[in-house]
Amino acid sequence: MLKVEKLKVRGLAPVSFTLHRGDVLVVRGPSGAGKSLLLRAIADLDETEGEISLDKGSRSRMAPQNWRKKVRYLAAQSGWWLEDVAAHFADLNAAKRQAAELGLAAKLFDSPVAHLSSGERQRMAFVRALEDRPDVLLLDEPTSALDEQAAALMERKIQALQKEGLILVVVTHSNAEAKRLATRTLTISNGKTEFAAL
Amino acid sequence: MNYIALSYWHLAIASILILANGMISLWFRLGLEKTLAINVVRMLVQLSLIGFVLKFIFVQTSPLWTIALAVIMVLVAGREVAARLTTRLAGWWSYGIGTTTMFFISISTTLLAVAFVISPEPWFAPRYVLPLLGMVLGNTLSGISLGLETLITTLKRERTAIEARIALGHRRFEAIEQPVRQSLKTGMMPIINAMAASGIVSLPGMMTGQIMAGADPVEATKYQILIMFLIGGATATGTLLAVIASAFRLTDERARLRLDRLENAGSKNV
Repeated sequence: MLKVEKLKVRGLAPVSFTLHRGDVLVVRGPSGAGKSLLLRAIADLDETEGEISLDKGSRSRMAPQNWRKKVRYLAAQSGWWLEDVAAHFADLNAAKRQAAELGLAAKLFDSPVAHLSSGERQRMAFVRALEDRPDVLLLDEPTSALDEQAAALMERKIQALQKEGLILVVVTHSNAEAKRLATRTLTISNGKTEFAAL
Repeated sequence: MNYIALSYWHLAIASILILANGMISLWFRLGLEKTLAINVVRMLVQLSLIGFVLKFIFVQTSPLWTIALAVIMVLVAGREVAARLTTRLAGWWSYGIGTTTMFFISISTTLLAVAFVISPEPWFAPRYVLPLLGMVLGNTLSGISLGLETLITTLKRERTAIEARIALGHRRFEAIEQPVRQSLKTGMMPIINAMAASGIVSLPGMMTGQIMAGADPVEATKYQILIMFLIGGATATGTLLAVIASAFRLTDERARLRLDRLENAGSKNV
């Protein structure tokens, strides 16, 4: 259970909500509304007031690196710090299996990050985010650089993770995607937040 | 000592050379001519004054006067670190880190040289202490400002990669390890390279000065070797301290990257 209480994100009224295992909260709203800031706040990437807890563990009482291993944020733009793709993964075999489900060939792991297309990088970063088996995934526009086919595979993977009992928060601009994935939605506009259950 | 004293007319002739700088700047529209003019004037005024100041302090040979000038030199060097950065830590942090580092490193290096290597009589003899301090400060200043400039620009440029590491649960200094190593390297490289070139490509200023003033070249080179060791050690430790302190300030105890603690130079004068 992910419990967010009076989280103060810059430009937004304080946000409170509770998500249970298997929940997918889809966050929507115009660009610049504060969707990414909300996700970053939950992952503790920006300094914010408010209480967040996962099951019995509170964000403020957990070491930051442990919190982020359980509550994992995946930015819309993927970041890489070494030359080769493979060097970014702890368990290559597991990563290759996950990558195959997203339509990524195993040989891509042997190439430099710079040779991957933006869609391939986005999916690779998703695979990397699954390492450490997080309980919560905060996905910032996970299909923004993907073609229809790859986006469909990504959606299927997200639904599989939901069935495994992960809690997912997904930012998307696509109505169709939101309808297919969401168990709840959060709409942000002009600093106001509005929840809806489906 | 037998050296040729320079007249002000001789200097005026040599000053024509600096005009080449201004002409190149105008020709290629580099926009450097204003900075050049100000800095040439600064150099003229500062060097002329320091000549008189040193003459006065040498005559006094009092520890108080020596220390007073040393303190002023350190403070100005600290200010210069902050002034050279295109983006600096907001508030007084750049100035504070620059000055504190410079203070500890330059004073300890100079004292080390005076206490164990040169042993002048008296120990605070301004003729030895102040030029040593100046050379250590000048080089440490370059190392520190190069290191900090590299740290800040790399953290800004690599923000996406660093925050990806943070989001993956990497620890505070693990996530910024590459920018930190790159900054240390950049700060230390010039002095390491200078050692290879010295004696063949470059005859360092202090040594040349001693030789021109009539000193035995072999004795002069010994002093130069001492100086190279001093500034090598001071630059390395100074760069390390300043880069680590700034890296602390640009991250926080929750292992977040805090680029919000930066401000552009010029937005606020220190």
